[in-house]
Parts: sequence; C-alpha cells; structure tokens
Amino acid sequence: MPENSVSADLQTGSDKMVEWTDFERDTIKDIFSRIKYDVVGPAAFARCLVVYPWTQRYFGGFGNLYNAAAIKGNPMVSKHGTTIIHGLDRAVKNLDDIENTYTELSVLHSEKLHVDPDNFKLLADCLTIVVAAQLGKEFTGEVQAAFQKFLAVVVSSLGRQYH
Amino acid sequence: MTTLTAKDKQTVKAFWAKVSGKSEDIGASAVARMLVVYPQTKTYFSHWQDQSPNSPAARKHGKTVMMGVGDAVTKIDDLKEGLKELSQLHAFTLRVDPANFKILSHNILVVMAVMFPTDFTPEVHVSLDKFLAAVSLALAEKYR
Repeated sequence: MPENSVSADLQTGSDKMVEWTDFERDTIKDIFSRIKYDVVGPAAFARCLVVYPWTQRYFGGFGNLYNAAAIKGNPMVSKHGTTIIHGLDRAVKNLDDIENTYTELSVLHSEKLHVDPDNFKLLADCLTIVVAAQLGKEFTGEVQAAFQKFLAVVVSSLGRQYH
Repeated sequence: MTTLTAKDKQTVKAFWAKVSGKSEDIGASAVARMLVVYPQTKTYFSHWQDQSPNSPAARKHGKTVMMGVGDAVTKIDDLKEGLKELSQLHAFTLRVDPANFKILSHNILVVMAVMFPTDFTPEVHVSLDKFLAAVSLALAEKYR
C-alpha cells in the first residue's frame, strides 16, 4: 500500500529529546488556545473518514458512515473527534516528554485497537487542513511547519509501542 | 486508487471554476509553504538568486505550477495523454523526485483550506486529493 501522507517522518531514539524552538513552543500553545476543540476534533476526524475511507475499518460499531453527510452528522464520530483532540492536548502540556506521555495510548492503539500506525499520519494531515481552515491567513508557512512537526512527534510516539 | 469517478471529475471542475481566479495566489502560497515546511525541496531551486519563499522567482513558479494544474483540469478525462509533454519535461529535464509531487499537492490542499474554508468541504477535499494524485502519476509516467 503506497504511503498516503506527507507528515514528516521522525526518527527519535529514546535517548534523543525533541528540541523545540521558542517560536515552535509558542506557536503550538497558541494554536491550541485558539481552536475550538469541539469543532476541530470532530471536523478533522470526520474528514479523515471521508478522505481516506479505509480508515472506517476501525469504527464498525459507529453506525451510519455511509456517506459524507452521514459521517458529519454521526454523534459517535463527533464524540470520538473530541476525544482525539483532548488527547493531543496532553502532548501540548508535555512538549518535552511526549514520548512517555503517550506510552499507554500507544499500547492501547497497538494491542487493543490494532490500528495501523500509518493511519495516524492520515489523521494528522486532516488536522492540518482543518486547523488551516480555522486560522486562515494566520496559518503561515512557519506556523504550518511548527504544527506539522508537533503532529509528527505525536504520530511517532503513538507508534513506539508497536511490536 | 487514482481512477476518477464521474462525481470526482464534476467536483473538481466545479471547485476549479470557483477558485481559478485566484490561481496565482494559490500557487505562490503553495510553493512558499513547500519551501518553508519541507526545506529539502529547496534543492531544486539552487539556481534561483533569491531562494526565499516569497521571492519573485518563487511566485512565478507558483503561477507556472497552477497553470499546469488548470490545464490538467481541462484534460481530466485522459491525464496520461494530456500531460505527456509535461511528463517528458519532468522526466528528462527537471527530474524532480516524484515524492515531491505529493508534498506540493499537500500544500496546495492546505492553501485551499486557508483560502476557501467553506468551499473546501471533505467531499471536495477527497476529489481534489484524488485528482492531484492522478496528475502526479501522469507526470511520473515517462520517468522509467
């Protein structure tokens, strides 16, 4: 299956900490203070299910995902989208230790949910698009770079406990 | 993965009709983002005196790219044939690694979200993503 996403691939060894510039820290915190969690989370997750329909494989219990309108209006989709964005919030609050912050979530996604980690990148791309739409012109190239770097670290950490 | 349905083609054409008036801005912004967010792409532009993302050369390149995209929309029923010459250009002269087509496509999508937040719905997003993937494939056709 060809790679579908362009989120940057990060190789962070467990002994290498990710370094954030002041601009990156400020930008990431600023983004999360400005976006509406109950709008962005559901919108990004719904978009992922529409744009990459194979991701629906994990949500057989969610009821009607038959078309874009059904996905967007599905209350379980909204709820899960909100859950995801609150999960990201934990990384924002622990920028210097995202890896350990996500150890349990990584195990959960691997051992219990059996999610192919490539899917994390697809969701990350949808988050980028939705945040871009929310912030408009303020989502400059530099802000995009910081946000995508943040998402890449999250994605990498979520994939770490897979064996 | 890259077969465009009738609905995809209709969606792409309708969206393009709405946004093509801003194609220069779209192109300039997409190329600028690409150079900033994926600095390795700058390696293709070492011949530019000014490599900054908003330089006249970068803007001009954005315009060129979007003219190609607009042309591809008119040839949406047979991209392989329609983009034959552009593919030869990319294969033998430019030799851009095809991984970069995905990068630029991603940034075009981001710009669409920034500039047309209400029109760039998930339905439009999926059709446009498929279209850009099909264009990328057609551009890589002559590579080997």
